[in-house]
Amino acid sequence: MSSCILKIENITKSFAGFIANKNVNLEIFEGEIHTILGENGAGKSTLMNILTGLYRPDSGNIYINGTRVNIKSPKDALNYKIGMVHQHFMLVNNISVFENLLLSMKLDSFVINERKLKSKVKEILREFELDIDIEMPVWKLSIGQQQWVELIKLLIRDSKILILDEPTAVLTPQESEFLFTFLTKLKSQNKAIIFISHKMKEVMTLSDKVTILKKGETVKTLNRGEFDEQLLAELMISNKEHLKLEKSAKVFSKQILKIKNLNVKNDKGLSDLSDFSLELFEGEILGIAGITGNGQKALAEVLTGLKKPLSGQIIVNDQDITYSTSKSKYISGIAHIPEDRKTMGIAPDLSVDENLILKNYSSDKFTNFFFLNKEKIKQNAREQIEKYSIKMGYDGIPVRLLSGGNIQKVIIARELSENPLILVALYPTRGLDVGSAEYVHQVILDSREKGMSTILISEDLDELLKISDRIAVMFRGKNMGYLSPESATKTEIGLLMSGKK
Amino acid sequence: MKFKVLKKPPVQGYKSFLTTLFSVIIALLISGAFLMLVDVNPISAYKDMLIESLGSFYGLTETLVKTTPLILCGLGVAVAFRMQLWNIGAEGQLYMGAFGASLVALHLNVESHFVMITLMFLSSIFFGGLWALIPGALKAIYNVNETIVTLLMNYIAILWVDFLVYGAWKDPKGFNFPLSAEFSSAARLSEYFDTRLHTGFFIALVCALIVYLLIEKTIWGYEIKVIGSNSKAAAYAGINIKKNIMLVMFISGALSAIAGFSELAGVQHRLQHAISPGYGYTAIIIAWLAKRSALGVVLVSFLMGVLFVGGDSMQIYYQLPVAMVSVFQGLILFSLIVAEFFKEHKIIMVKQQ
Repeated sequence: MSSCILKIENITKSFAGFIANKNVNLEIFEGEIHTILGENGAGKSTLMNILTGLYRPDSGNIYINGTRVNIKSPKDALNYKIGMVHQHFMLVNNISVFENLLLSMKLDSFVINERKLKSKVKEILREFELDIDIEMPVWKLSIGQQQWVELIKLLIRDSKILILDEPTAVLTPQESEFLFTFLTKLKSQNKAIIFISHKMKEVMTLSDKVTILKKGETVKTLNRGEFDEQLLAELMISNKEHLKLEKSAKVFSKQILKIKNLNVKNDKGLSDLSDFSLELFEGEILGIAGITGNGQKALAEVLTGLKKPLSGQIIVNDQDITYSTSKSKYISGIAHIPEDRKTMGIAPDLSVDENLILKNYSSDKFTNFFFLNKEKIKQNAREQIEKYSIKMGYDGIPVRLLSGGNIQKVIIARELSENPLILVALYPTRGLDVGSAEYVHQVILDSREKGMSTILISEDLDELLKISDRIAVMFRGKNMGYLSPESATKTEIGLLMSGKK
Repeated sequence: MKFKVLKKPPVQGYKSFLTTLFSVIIALLISGAFLMLVDVNPISAYKDMLIESLGSFYGLTETLVKTTPLILCGLGVAVAFRMQLWNIGAEGQLYMGAFGASLVALHLNVESHFVMITLMFLSSIFFGGLWALIPGALKAIYNVNETIVTLLMNYIAILWVDFLVYGAWKDPKGFNFPLSAEFSSAARLSEYFDTRLHTGFFIALVCALIVYLLIEKTIWGYEIKVIGSNSKAAAYAGINIKKNIMLVMFISGALSAIAGFSELAGVQHRLQHAISPGYGYTAIIIAWLAKRSALGVVLVSFLMGVLFVGGDSMQIYYQLPVAMVSVFQGLILFSLIVAEFFKEHKIIMVKQQ
């Protein structure tokens, strides 16, 4: 029996007005992959921030190898050999991989002995079979490779407890596979790995133990063999009812959107979209599969007017809207759930009421001449909050204090409030817990019944296969072709995603 | 034992007022101790201060005269801060507004009071607004840091006015002092009740009301708030950010310029060296204490006016050095900021285990 390397005892942490962690208990052993599972707002991030020294708990104890410790700062956490790979990488983009690694090394001499340090890094690369050029600037690496750099940082520091916060959220299936072998190797070296994820499949294949958090409290810790997907979902979701997705059979005849030979270049002058064509029918959910970075973002931005194409045409209902602005595109019926809800989808310091009118604040509904009609705005908010059961602390709370799922609900409520023709949804369930994700799917399906068409861009093949009517695959800015979710296999889609026809 | 700072839900209503009051009392106690050190009875000093600044009708109007430029500059800075534009160039914009007003007053021969004042007003807005539009355009088009540009442009504007009053515009009958000629009576704002209170004060109040309505009630104000909160979300909502940066900077500069106009046409009646004792810098503190709200600016400016006038009286009646007055004013401001902190935070003691 390996020893308990980390023990968390009755940790409580509260913020202004609410309790994020309440008497949380957890035991982590050497050489295990321990998954922390919980809905958004269940207190996972708070707990991890306490472990890495970003927050201090109000009460409770942390033991490392049996001794009680007081983690006062991230530096302390590093000294106790706790390391974390954040969802958003903490890398300096402009400097090389090696220079990034230097930042996390303890240098014992004033002069940097480059040769010695490099050989040390290369040794780690060899050991884990990582194919990475350490002279390359970080921004040139793929997302998967950047994640390796984060992991190597922890290995160089000789971290014994590795925390990974939703590491696969940004990875392709292949990259995820590789990460899992990586993690398995780390496990065999007796490292303790704390794994945070929402994706049931990964949790099932990878975890030795699963601890479920709900509303800031530990529900249960289960060993491998004691849990299955059904059980975990039930323990984690507050209401046990599982939403069933029912989809009516439909025949699609009327073409609503046509994209013809669209070309878009990014800031660096490289092609984001090259001769991209797409057709969308009324009432259809068109899934777009593809590895992140193959032009999905550009497609969404062009469709919603945030970016101008170089050439090509976008036709909605026989009307050419290629060069219209985002506002007029919204008015002509294209709604947009952006990729990054916090940096783009909301004005964080404004209230929920004000965020709900972000797109149509100037419409006659909410204004008298050039004044805002506060009463109507309030009424609209009341309706939307009830309709989408948005949960918020107090009236007038800045939207940034809501949980991820509720922020997404605010965005969806707003985008659907004008009954758009087309919804462009970019990774709408990324980072959401199972309950919120199902809810998003349900809303999209409900709108489908009302005749709205959706372009659903996602990396999660299960999600695409579950709700799409057709699936298109994007690779290097091109549409590789359409597949039917009933007949297509994941292998087929995977091959198209990697450019093989 | 050790202390811990925790966030708490913001205090509202009368409790918020009590917090502020309590902190001011503490500041008065501390500065009272200082006054006793120099053998001044703090109670009578405070009493005289209040009587001087608020107690008599004349004192009250003097306080309002001091309040006027503070309101206008404070509004200008607050409008820009709303959009996270750190315009700290109110001082320079005030000087350019004063220059614009003098340009008309000294060089146009208009008999009608109304026409003259209107032209001076518009000219000051034009020059002050353009002065602020330069950093605004640099920010919007080339993303140049507006804080540095506005700060540096203060010196240019102040020296530009000096250049004029030491040179081309120097009054030949002014015994070589750095002064322009006196404005004609058509170019002076009306004064009321036989005091120095002039129309500028009412212009400042109207400006505050307009800014309040613009920011809190209009579509445009909403756009400004969204840009200030998250410019990416604003772009996503189809708001034209560049246009709004330039517009807000123009308005911000124009408001400070009106302060320059009002000081010259209402109080000083000529352009001269050092027309402002730093109203434009005090305005930064005012905008901050007022939490960027237009009505808050009016209140805080009035309080500052009281401190200015009361401070003067302490110098005169008690022969206190000006540094003592600065200490007093500093303590009051400091305690106000502390009060704001305690409205959103609490400190608890934890026992070390």
